[in-house]
Amino acid sequence: MKKDEFTAPLKSAKGYGSAHEGADHWIKQKLTAVANIPLVLWFIWSIIGLQGSTHAEFTQWLAQPHNSILMILLIISVIYHAKLGSQVVVEDYIAHEGFKTVKLLAQKLFFFAVAIAGIFSVLKIAFTAGM
Amino acid sequence: MSETKKVQRPLSPHLQVYKLPLTALMSISHRITGTALMLGSILIIAFLVSAAYGETQYNFVMTMAGTLGGKIILFLWSAAVYYHMCNGIRHLFWDTGKYLEKDTAMRTNYVVLIFTVFFTALTWMYAAESFSFNM
Repeated sequence: MKKDEFTAPLKSAKGYGSAHEGADHWIKQKLTAVANIPLVLWFIWSIIGLQGSTHAEFTQWLAQPHNSILMILLIISVIYHAKLGSQVVVEDYIAHEGFKTVKLLAQKLFFFAVAIAGIFSVLKIAFTAGM
Repeated sequence: MSETKKVQRPLSPHLQVYKLPLTALMSISHRITGTALMLGSILIIAFLVSAAYGETQYNFVMTMAGTLGGKIILFLWSAAVYYHMCNGIRHLFWDTGKYLEKDTAMRTNYVVLIFTVFFTALTWMYAAESFSFNM
């Protein structure tokens, strides 16, 4: 898919649209959306199998490299998708420019922190399970 | 001077007086489920953090998840995931410029809803079966 196909001629000429970011946001949202499909299905399927697991069973499962890697990819893709989605909701519904800017920045930092918390937890479990 | 005639024009669809068609209801539901899933993702990460802390914290979260309230949240989470996923796939088709006609959009509303119910039911049937098998 060429980026140009989603922008009007003038926007292509200037390189940006009215949001001053071109089709960048849209492409990232679609990319994470597609990535989320297999990752979320894997996650649901996995937690069904993990029902009633003890802490030791769960951490040993998560410590297996393919599970750790998929969980980290899931966190990155889902949280990035959430960040992009929440951004659009705020841009659409909050009219006050100052509050909008503060809320967008706060959300950006918040989702970044959430992703780091998740990734760190997975890594900690992956490196210490069974020890 | 020409007389201005009062013409009966359709009024602008104002939210309080306008009955939203199914397509519009499903559009706003995509946002509502998307926002709800942000909270769901935060809960999942909270679960991972609790597991990283240790057994006591992990057991606490598992006990909470096993209560009626916990199960209701899990069920709503799964239904929201499947709705957002099925409707999101429809959005990906729409992005190609296809299926955008009014009647096609109305028909695919039902496709999305049927798949959402189907996947949610399938998940919980599989979960119930796998749970009794584990016990």
